[in-house]
Amino acid sequence: MEGTLNLVGAGLIVIGGGLGLGQIGGKAMEAIARQPEAAGKIQTAMIIIGALLEGLAFGALILGS
Amino acid sequence: MFTAYLKTAFFALILTAFATAQAQDNHGDVDHHEQVVADGGKVNTKEEIKSYIEHHLQDSHDFHLFSYTNDANERKHIGFPLPVMVWSSAGPKFFLSSKFHHDDNAQVLVKEGDATFFKLHSKIYELESGAAAVSYDGDHHPSNAHKVFDFSITKSVFGLLAVGLIIFLLFRSLARQYKTKSIPTGVGRVLEPLVLYVRDEIARPNIGENKYKKFMPYLLTVFFLIWISNLLGLTPFGFNITGQIAITSCLALFTFFIVQFSANKDYWKHIFWMPDVPVLMKIVLIPIELLGIFTKPFSLLIRLFANITAGHFVVMSLIALMITLKAQFGAVGSTGLSVVLTLFISVIEVLVAFLQAFIFTMLSSLFIGMAVAEHDHHEHAGTEEDDVDEVRERFI
Amino acid sequence: MNLLEDFSPGLFFMQAIILIILIVLLGKFAWKPILSALSEREEGIESALKAAENAKLEMARLEASNEAAAQDARAQRDEMLKDAREIKEQMIADAAGQAQEKADKIIASAQEAIESEKKAALADIKSQVADLSLDIAEKVTRKELSEKDAQLALIDKMLAEANI
Repeated sequence: MEGTLNLVGAGLIVIGGGLGLGQIGGKAMEAIARQPEAAGKIQTAMIIIGALLEGLAFGALILGS
Repeated sequence: MFTAYLKTAFFALILTAFATAQAQDNHGDVDHHEQVVADGGKVNTKEEIKSYIEHHLQDSHDFHLFSYTNDANERKHIGFPLPVMVWSSAGPKFFLSSKFHHDDNAQVLVKEGDATFFKLHSKIYELESGAAAVSYDGDHHPSNAHKVFDFSITKSVFGLLAVGLIIFLLFRSLARQYKTKSIPTGVGRVLEPLVLYVRDEIARPNIGENKYKKFMPYLLTVFFLIWISNLLGLTPFGFNITGQIAITSCLALFTFFIVQFSANKDYWKHIFWMPDVPVLMKIVLIPIELLGIFTKPFSLLIRLFANITAGHFVVMSLIALMITLKAQFGAVGSTGLSVVLTLFISVIEVLVAFLQAFIFTMLSSLFIGMAVAEHDHHEHAGTEEDDVDEVRERFI
Repeated sequence: MNLLEDFSPGLFFMQAIILIILIVLLGKFAWKPILSALSEREEGIESALKAAENAKLEMARLEASNEAAAQDARAQRDEMLKDAREIKEQMIADAAGQAQEKADKIIASAQEAIESEKKAALADIKSQVADLSLDIAEKVTRKELSEKDAQLALIDKMLAEANI
C-alpha cells in the first residue's frame, strides 16, 4: 500500500514539475518571439528557473521514495 | 566539437553495452546468492538487473570493468584493486581492496591486526570484537558490526584524482602558452572560450563587475570538475562521481561556506531584519529567510546528484532492455532497440552533463552575487514612487 | 534507496581535501595566469583600439593642417606671381619711357644738329652766292669796279630782301 502511494506521489510530482516546466518554456518562447534580440538573456533565466524547479521536483522524488 | 562528443558517446555506449552484456557480476542479495553462483553469475532477472544498477550507482572499492566466468567455471574479474584506508577502533588500517575478493555480501572477513572488516553493499564494516560471523537484524542491517570511517581511495576518489589531473594538465598547458603568445593554439583554442564563457556568462553578470575576480578560481574549478566528471560518467569506465551524494554535498557545502563568509552587512540585514516591510512581516520573514540559507545549497546538491543518478539509471535500464525484452523481441530485436534508445538518451546525457555543470556554477555565482550585492533600494524605491506620483499627476 | 545510508563521510572528507588542493593548485598555476593573460590581452586590444582611434583623429587633424598650409602656399604663390607681374609691367613701362626719352633726346639733338648744319650750309650758300654774284657782276661789269663796296652793299641788301 505504501509503495503504491509512493508511486502516486511520484506521479503527482512529475505532473506538477511538467506543468511548471511547460509554463516556463512556453512563456520563454513567447518572450523570445516578442523580443528576439533578448533571446540569450531569456534562455539563461529560463534555464535557471527550470533548474530550480527541477531541483524541487527531484528533491521531492528522492525524499518521497 | 559536437560531433566529437557524439562519437565519444557512441563508442562509450557500444563499449558499455558490450561490457554490460559480458559482465556477470557475482553481486546479489544473500537470498539470490546460491542461484547467482549456480548460473555462473549471469545477470538475467529483473531483480538482478536492479541490484546490478544499484551496485553501479554506489561507490566501489575496486576499479572493476567487467567479470566473466571461464570454461573452468571460475569467476574472472577484469580491473584492478584500489587501496582501502579505514579508521577502525584499532587506529588507521591500510590494505588493498583485493583482500575482499570482490565480495560485497559480508562473506569474506579481512583480519587486519586486531580489527576484522567485511564489506556489505559497498560499505566497509568492522566486526565487533568477539564475533566470529556477521549476524543481521530484521532490516537486514548487521547487528554485531559498525561502519568505519572509510577514507579509502574508492573508485570515485580515483576518478576525482583523474579528473583533477586532467584539468590541471590541460589548463596548465594553456597557462604556459600565454607566456609566449597571446592567442593559444591546439587544445588551448578550445579551452580558452570555455574559460571566457565561465567568466563572461556566469561569473560577471551574476556576481558583479567589481567582485567576480575573487571567486573565479572556485567557480572555474567547480565547473570543470563537474563537467569532466559528468562526461567521465558516460564512458564505459563506469565512474559515477557526481552521482555520489557525498561529493555533491561537499561541493554544495563549499558554495554554502563561500556565500556565508563573503556575505556583507546588507545580506544579513535582509535575512534578520528585512527593510521596507512592516514589523510583523519582518518577524515572519526571519525563519523563512533562515531556512532559505540552507535550502539553496541543499537544492544544489540534490539537483546534481539526482540528475546524474537518474541519467545513469536510465542509460543502464535501457541497456538492460536487451536482456529483459529478449523473450518478446528476440536477441537481435531487443539489442537493436536497446542500442537505439540508449544512443538517444546518451546524447541527451552529454547535454545534461554540460547543463548540470553550468547550472551548478551559475547558481553558485548567483548565490554569491546575492551575498555580495550592494543594495541601494532605499533611495531608489523612494525616487521611483515619486516618479509614479508625478506621472499620475500629469495624467489627472 | 536510503540517501543517509548512502552518504559516505570518508568520500566527503576525501572530496573536500581534493577540492581544496585542486582550487589552490589550479588557482595558482592555471586560473591566475590564464585570467591575467586574458585581461591583459583585452586591455591590450582596448588600448590598441583607442590608439587607432587617436591616430585617426591625429591624421584628420594633420590633413586639415596640411590643407591649410597648402592653401597658404597657394595664396603666397598667387601673391608672388601678381607681384612679379606688376614688377614686370613696371619694368617694361619704365624701359619704354626711358627709351622714349632717349629717342626724343636723340631726335632733338639730331634736329638741332640738322638745324645748325642747315644754318651753316645756308650761311655758306649765302656767302658763296654773294661771291658768285660778285663774280658774275664783276664779269658783267668788268670795266667798272670802282664802286665795288657800294655794289656789295647793294647785293647784300638784295639778298636780305630775297630771304632764302
